[in-house]
Parts: sequence; structure tokens; C-alpha cells
Amino acid sequence: MLEINFGPQHPSTHGVFRMTVQLEGEKICGLKPVFGYLHRNHEQIAENLPYAAIMTYTDRLDYVNALSNNFGYALTVEKLAGLEVPERAQYIRIIMAELARIVNHIAVIGFMLNDLGAFFTPLLYAFRERERILDLFEAVTGSRLMNNYFCFSGVKRDLTDANLAVIKKMILKFPAFLEEFEALLTKNEILCMRCQNIGILSGETATNAGITGPVLRASGVNYDIRKVDRYGIYDRFDFKIPLGQKGDVYDRFYVRVLEIRESLKILDQALTQIPQGEIINKKSLSILKMPRNFKPPVGEAYGRVESPKGELGFYVVSDGTPQPWRYHVRAPSLINLTVLEEMCLGQKIADAIIILGSIDIVLGETDR
Amino acid sequence: MNIPIEEIKKELEARLPDVKFRPVRDSLLIEDPEDLPQVALFLKESPKFLLDYLSSVTGADYLDYLESVYHLYSMAKKQGPVVLRVRVTKSHTAVPSPINGSKTEAGAVQGPRDIKKIKAGKVPSLVSIYRSAELQEREAFDTFGIIYEGHPDPRRLFMWEEFQGHPLRKDYQQEDTEVLETTDIAWLEARGIKVPDEMKEKAKALHAAGLRALAQKPEKPRAG
Amino acid sequence: MTLFGWGVLKGMGVTFKNFLTSYFRKPDEGGIFTVQYPEEREGTAENYRNFPFLVYDGAPEKIRCVACGICERECPPKCIHIEMELDAAGKPARKPAVFDIDYGLCMNCGMCEEVCPFDSIFMDHAFEVAAPERQIGLVRHKKELLKSNEYFREIRPALASAIDQKRKAVEEKKKAAAQPASSQSSGGTGSL
Repeated sequence: MLEINFGPQHPSTHGVFRMTVQLEGEKICGLKPVFGYLHRNHEQIAENLPYAAIMTYTDRLDYVNALSNNFGYALTVEKLAGLEVPERAQYIRIIMAELARIVNHIAVIGFMLNDLGAFFTPLLYAFRERERILDLFEAVTGSRLMNNYFCFSGVKRDLTDANLAVIKKMILKFPAFLEEFEALLTKNEILCMRCQNIGILSGETATNAGITGPVLRASGVNYDIRKVDRYGIYDRFDFKIPLGQKGDVYDRFYVRVLEIRESLKILDQALTQIPQGEIINKKSLSILKMPRNFKPPVGEAYGRVESPKGELGFYVVSDGTPQPWRYHVRAPSLINLTVLEEMCLGQKIADAIIILGSIDIVLGETDR
Repeated sequence: MNIPIEEIKKELEARLPDVKFRPVRDSLLIEDPEDLPQVALFLKESPKFLLDYLSSVTGADYLDYLESVYHLYSMAKKQGPVVLRVRVTKSHTAVPSPINGSKTEAGAVQGPRDIKKIKAGKVPSLVSIYRSAELQEREAFDTFGIIYEGHPDPRRLFMWEEFQGHPLRKDYQQEDTEVLETTDIAWLEARGIKVPDEMKEKAKALHAAGLRALAQKPEKPRAG
Repeated sequence: MTLFGWGVLKGMGVTFKNFLTSYFRKPDEGGIFTVQYPEEREGTAENYRNFPFLVYDGAPEKIRCVACGICERECPPKCIHIEMELDAAGKPARKPAVFDIDYGLCMNCGMCEEVCPFDSIFMDHAFEVAAPERQIGLVRHKKELLKSNEYFREIRPALASAIDQKRKAVEEKKKAAAQPASSQSSGGTGSL
């Protein structure tokens, strides 16, 4: 038996993640993930900051789709302080969150294929489309990755008509790209042989281990917080939850492709329905101008959103001061790794890399 | 969809009459942590709630005691959350040394068990019921020092094994990385690294005074 | 049941198509998408934010900043350092004597811009910031941070014109408020 350290400096671990893998020949007979290489004590940093300033740090959790993190945190504090969100802002939030989901999913598929050996061609096709969305993010939010766009009871900048036209054009063009992407990948025999029946996760185990997001849905469990909690205004849109049958790597890949299609549907509906109006509640403007004067009432709130990685939860306890007493992030990237060992046992070492790639972790969120 | 806390309370009172609990801020505080697995198992299996998904486990420091908070949801019935919490004392939580695998004995509960006051030093682990607690309980142990009894792998999660203290506790004091201590100097010199005399003297003075090199607390803008 | 290997061939077809179209089509329709950066540049969006800078009107002495220290207090990574200038009598002159921003710490969040009540600090578009040494090159002092209102108008025209209008309105209001007050006071002295 051979014990090797996978990472922390290894390109296929998507950051500084380490696994100690026990091998018998090429077969994996034991795997222990080791965390903490990117630990910044995000929670303690946040506990010493006013509520509005924490928003900037939530960008740094899952830096591939900062807008989902913003959404989750804004939702939690609104729950805690009982703030209302104007209609237009609700729509803008959904539009931005769904765009972030598309960005995340195409990037993940690209990186997963990179791990698989499809070196850079699918990734760069995906990045070409991602680039268009990031350009839009830059025009609207001011930054490509660290958006810092949401604020309590609203968003910081309005989507202009020009921005909306750009999004509309993008949605019209996107299906053509997906067709091309699928022609390249979904029926490719090499991809099928590498991905099918690899890293199988049963629905029961997934539920018990708290796995969420596309990984859970690939195992056939119908659980999407957008449908369950109907946070924001997700109840107004008509979309489906794609489910997998087997729960292998291929299902996880394909569920993500289908989820992009559903996101496009939501975007299409949101763009036709979006009303005119305020983007931020007038009463909450003072939170932006004077963050330290914002003191939510004593209490606690747990808010969660369906981030592209899974359930992203924020647990905030207020003691009536400008800083939260306790701030906790329920990171999907971390909890989805609970079953990593089980999925990898008995597989080849090269498969462990794709299994990790298919779980979709971002180390900024895993280690916080 | 929310489950009203009264409903759960009624059900629990009927089915588990021995368990003492009271509602705290839309959640159930279980007075004796030993009862927690019972309650969790009941909520998971009972066909009325079917709370099969433990979303979040986290700790919180309330100065006099530590709290472990659980958010339960039901994937089958698509409802929730139900929030459970248990309280443990601070002083009894010791750092298990992970190197040789032996745990430092946390102080035993003394005297007759008084439900009103928090006496328990440990929380029973929920890993056998919900596997999702595995990494999260390790995190809560790492950052707060709450000991989860019966956890299959009770190591720190983020910090390294030799790390002392629990960084999210309110009384945690950070080490000053600029000032060396005698042990640091010994470690460096064993590896052939020269340490300036100034630093050595400082370390000696600290050692003689029985102090550790702690960082100045950053000015906390708590006053608002 | 399709021929084994058909999927691979189809995929190859996609890459071949992309290879060909990259020569003939426009970037937006499948052509070469990349830009040869140092020679070619894409413009930045108006809202784009990088490191903060200070705005002055006309001459660098007419700095808008009054050294109130709000941005210093609200800056999440605490990268701003301000010291108030004192006049001859030792009273605060409502002007910064020292205004340092550590670009090595700044995380481009834009909170200073949001909280500033005097419309004085804004996020710049210049992103090519590099220095050989952290302490010397990346800590920017007041002199380097000061940029004219014209520059601000150039990089963010919509925001700058809105702020100019706002400031103008405030000034006129002040003037209008000062005039009757002065005439009243003069009238008061006259009646005495």
C-alpha cells in the first residue's frame, strides 16, 4: 500500500486542497481530505465589522459567483432586521443570481473536463461565453468577480436599458453555444467512458450527508431551495428541476448543462416581467451612507439560498450592536466533501480527480 | 414552509416525556445535551416531520456558556427549519491531543444534575444520525472548543493540530507573530537559524514573567 | 445505436468549425475573441472600480476632502490613514495634511466612495498599478492620489456630471441663504 499526498499545490485540486490518498496499485483504498490551507477566519473578521461591510467579504467566499453569496447574506440580514425589497430590485437580484449561476456552471464544466484530460478546448469555449457575462457584471456592478453589488433591501446600481438589451441578446445567443458545447461533449465516447459509473452517490447517502446542489440532484433527490423556500420572487417563474438517475460524474455534468437551460428560461421570463421603479428602499439608504448606525434588533436569523454549489446558509446572531455577535457560513463546498472518500473508494486515482472536479468546490468557501 | 414550534413541542412532550426543553427565540433549547440524539432521531424518524436533513451545525459563544445550534430541514416533506440548541459550560472543554489519539479528560460533571443550570461539558455527536454533522462538528470543535462525544474523527478542521486555543471564542487572544518565545527560539536554533540577541532577551523576559507573546487586541469599534 | 466513435468525430467537427470561423468572422460571432493586451486594449466600463483617488476642483489646493475620517473608519481592511491639517492657531483646518492609501491592502470594495458625504473620494479606472516594493511603491500619498475633476469627468461622465450639478445646486442654495441673511444683518445694524 502506498500513501500519497494529493495537493495542496496541485492544479487539479482547484486551489490549495489536500487529500491523503492510500493506494493499492492504482486503486484507492482510503482517502482523507485535509482542510485549512486557505483559512482566513472569515467569521471572526465579519464579527468585527458592521453589517454592511461584511458584504464585501462575502464576495471572497465563493469567488467564482460572488453574486450568489451577496444574495444569501442580504437575504439573511433582511430577515433579521425585517427589511422590505422593492419590486424592481427583486427582479434585478434574480437576473444577476441566475447569470452568476450560468457563469459558475460553465466554468465548472470546463474545469472538470480539464481535469479529465480534455485539455483547455472546452474550458476556453466556456470561458468565451463567461467573458461576455463578466463584461456585463463589470458594466453593472463595477467589478468582474468581487461584485459587492447587493445591499440590504435592494441593489446598489440600476440595470439600464442598455444592460437589459445586452442580457437579452446574450440569452438569445446562448442556446446556440450550448448546442455546440453539447455536440462537443455529451455523446463523446471518451467522456462517457471516463464519467459514467464513476463516483456513484446514492440519493439516501447524499441526503443523510447533507449534500446539496447539483450533486444531490444528480443523485435523483428533488430538492432545490429555489422551489422549496421560494425566496426572493422565485415563485413567479416557471422552471424545472433537472434530476439525474444514477448519481455518477456524468449525471452531475449533465444536470449542470440542463440547469443552465433552466436558468436561461428564468432570465427570459424575468426580462419580460421586470417593472420600473426603485432599486433600493428609501428607508435603507442610510445603511449605505452610515453603516455603523445600522443596528438590527436582538435576535437571530438563518437564511439560505441555492447557490450553484448547493445550499449556502448564513447564520447571523445580533446583539443590538452594529456588529453581529455571531456570524456563520454554512458552506456547500465544505459539506459536499463529506462523502468524497465514499465516492472514491475502489476507483482509480485518475478518477478521484474527476470526482473532486464534479463536486465543484471553491477553496475560498471550503476553508473560509 | 415553516413548522410551528408549538407543534413540535406538543409532539415531543407526548412522545418523549423525559426530555426537558424550552423554546428560545423560535427554537428548542434542550436542557440536557445527553437528550439531543434522542430528540434528533425522533424528529428524523417521525412520519409527521421527517427531518432527514441536518443543514447546519454551528457553535456560538455567549460568554458564560457555549451553544451548539442545529438547523434541521426535511427533504422528503420540503419543510423546515427546526432549530435545536444545547448549552455547555466553557471551563470543562479541554483540547484533546490528536497526536497520540488520547483525549484529555474533560472535567466530570459534579454533584446531582441540575437541569436549570448548565452543567454538561460535552455534547453527544450527531454523526451517527446525520453524517452531514461530520465536518461541521469538527469545525465547531476547532473554532469554539465544544467537544462532541462519539465523533469518529475528533480532530481540528481548519487549524493545524498543534494549535492552542479556539479562535472564535470571545476570550481568545491572538499570538503576536513578531515576538518570539523561548520555545520558538529553541526550535529555530535547533535548525541552525541565528536569532538576534535582542529577541532572545525579550523572550527571556517574557518567560521570566510567565507571560505569552500576545498581540494587542485591535481596537474594537463595538461602542458604535 | 450509433457508430462507436461518432461522438468523438462530431466533437472534432465542432473544433474544426471553430478553427475555421475564427479566421473569417467577427469576434462576436465566433471569430477570434482574445485581445493582444498590452498593444490592444478594451476600454473599461464606466462603473468599473479599482483603487480610490481624491478629487480636487481647479487647483490641487482646492481639495474637496475635509479630513472628516469617515472613510478611514468605514474602510473594511483599514487601508486609509488621514491626519487633519492644523492652521496657525492650532485649530483644524478641515483639510487633510496626510492622506495615505495602502494599495497593497485595499480590496477595491468601493465603500469609501459610498460613505463619503463630501463627494471627494472615488474609485479610479487605472489598473496597471505595480511597484517593486510594497512599503514604498504601494502606499500612495496625498500628492499621488489627487486628481482633477476633469479627469473624473473623463472616466465617469455620468456620475461626475450628476455630482457637479448637485454641488452647484448646494452652492447656489448657500449663496441664496447667505444673501438675505447678510442683508438682514446689515439692515439690523442700520436700524441701530
